[in-house]
Amino acid sequence: MAEHIIRLQGVTKEFDTKGGKVVALKDIDLDIERGDSYGIIGLSGAGKSTLVRTINLLEQPTEGKVIFNDSALTGLGSKDLNIHRRKISMIFQQFNLLMQRDALGNILFPLEIAGVPKQEALKKANELLKVVDLEERAHSYPSQLSGGQKQRVAIARALASDPEVILCDEATSALDPKTTRSILSLLKQINEERGITLVVITHEMEVIKQLCNKVAVIENGEIVERGDVEEIFKKPKTKAARKLFFPDGDYREKPLTKTSTRNRVRLVFDEATAGEPIIANMIMELGAPVNFLYANLDVLGGSQKGQMVICLAADKETADKQKAYLVAKGVEFTEIDEDEEVQA
Amino acid sequence: MEIRELLSLLAQGTLDSLYMIIICTVISYIIGLPIGVSLIVTAPGGIRPMTVYNKVMGFIVNILRSVPFLILMIALMPYIRKIIGTGIGKEAATAALIVAAAPFVARLVEQSLLEVDPGVIEAAQAMGASNMQIIRKVLLLEARPSLLNGAAVATINILGYTAMAGIVGAGGLGEIAIRYGLYRFQPSIMWITIVLLVILVQIFQEIGIKVVNKYDNRIN
Repeated sequence: MAEHIIRLQGVTKEFDTKGGKVVALKDIDLDIERGDSYGIIGLSGAGKSTLVRTINLLEQPTEGKVIFNDSALTGLGSKDLNIHRRKISMIFQQFNLLMQRDALGNILFPLEIAGVPKQEALKKANELLKVVDLEERAHSYPSQLSGGQKQRVAIARALASDPEVILCDEATSALDPKTTRSILSLLKQINEERGITLVVITHEMEVIKQLCNKVAVIENGEIVERGDVEEIFKKPKTKAARKLFFPDGDYREKPLTKTSTRNRVRLVFDEATAGEPIIANMIMELGAPVNFLYANLDVLGGSQKGQMVICLAADKETADKQKAYLVAKGVEFTEIDEDEEVQA
Repeated sequence: MEIRELLSLLAQGTLDSLYMIIICTVISYIIGLPIGVSLIVTAPGGIRPMTVYNKVMGFIVNILRSVPFLILMIALMPYIRKIIGTGIGKEAATAALIVAAAPFVARLVEQSLLEVDPGVIEAAQAMGASNMQIIRKVLLLEARPSLLNGAAVATINILGYTAMAGIVGAGGLGEIAIRYGLYRFQPSIMWITIVLLVILVQIFQEIGIKVVNKYDNRIN
């Protein structure tokens, strides 16, 4: 039985604004297990940044409990809270490095706060520079570093306090695709080799696919869907999840809207089912054609997943036969509602 | 006036001015820096919001800042006389100067600290830094170049105040300018003191820029 490292119970956050109360988070329950790389994905304004900030109480929830390692953080005095916070590091979209300190000085900062003796702190900071591959930039200031290098310094700084959790708030959103990949693989390595739990806030599905084993989809301050990344990728239950997995421009593109919207299904192939020409066989065996609307290949946590949207036979009887055939062949599929945002 | 006499008069005046400027700047910072920090810390959205304190302190600072120094000095004369025994002369002028300069310094400090990236403060909070650690290690250090720049501005401003304080016999270049230029109709001496004041301003400005550049790690 895996152990829960972070639990949110009934967390609600309201903001008072000039226009009245705004509810940013509605009664959120969330359990994160030790060693997870837990993604929280949503469009901007969904409340994901507020959610991650309630974990280390940078945002005080209006209601609800935040539990870290069996102790409730909500209700703690600032002194006790600060001690727990040292075990929950955070990295940010804008890096948030101290501009007046060099890379080494930035990594030393959390150690100074924790009162670690100077020699020991210096030794540790130098080791961490090696971990993030920035030994020769120890005395460069943030203004002299590239975005990717700054995030590496921030990651080393986050590791300095030997955290159990690292909260990543859109950590790669300010970086180019290549740098994003290298930062994500560094984070993945930290998660796997050091067993540090990651909470990854993002609006990009790519980040979830590359880095996370679990995901929660947040929309309008509520978690609408959650589970293993692979499961949700195969069978997204909510529109919000489908929207994120297939952002605009996939199977809802204009030319396709003219085709029938009935009996559409989304198929996912993995290594077990990709070897056989299942669709071709189905067409031949049942003697009924299908229409291909969309197809692509994704890499999910290191393994390849093919996905495809097809339009089955128009009459219900044949369509049911086709579905039964797919089930028999072990192909995962979900049906797409007729009204689901087909108008571009 | 003999040239040697004039030189020693001007030298003495310059030294007196410098003495007053340095004393006033130091004491104004001793008072104004904590006030400026407290205004940032207690502001809404600050690291320890305290609305009442923030409003009251902000109001006091604003009042003292809005009275022109010359008028403030004259208005304060009777009170300063009660406290230190005299309403004129160097000591009285210095006291008045501090009352005027400390709130000015507080605002300068506040402006400098406002430039610190809130994200960096948030990062420090997330690391478990106490408010005192955030003030010492984040706010004051990250704002250091701007604070030093502000110190140069404050010093030059205080130099202006000391010159005005010449009118109550505070000594220094200001008094020489008023005494010889205004009362004794010797404009040449007044012009010399003006040139000396300009030179002092230039020196402070240059020192300020040098020190700021030395300490600002954002520009390299």
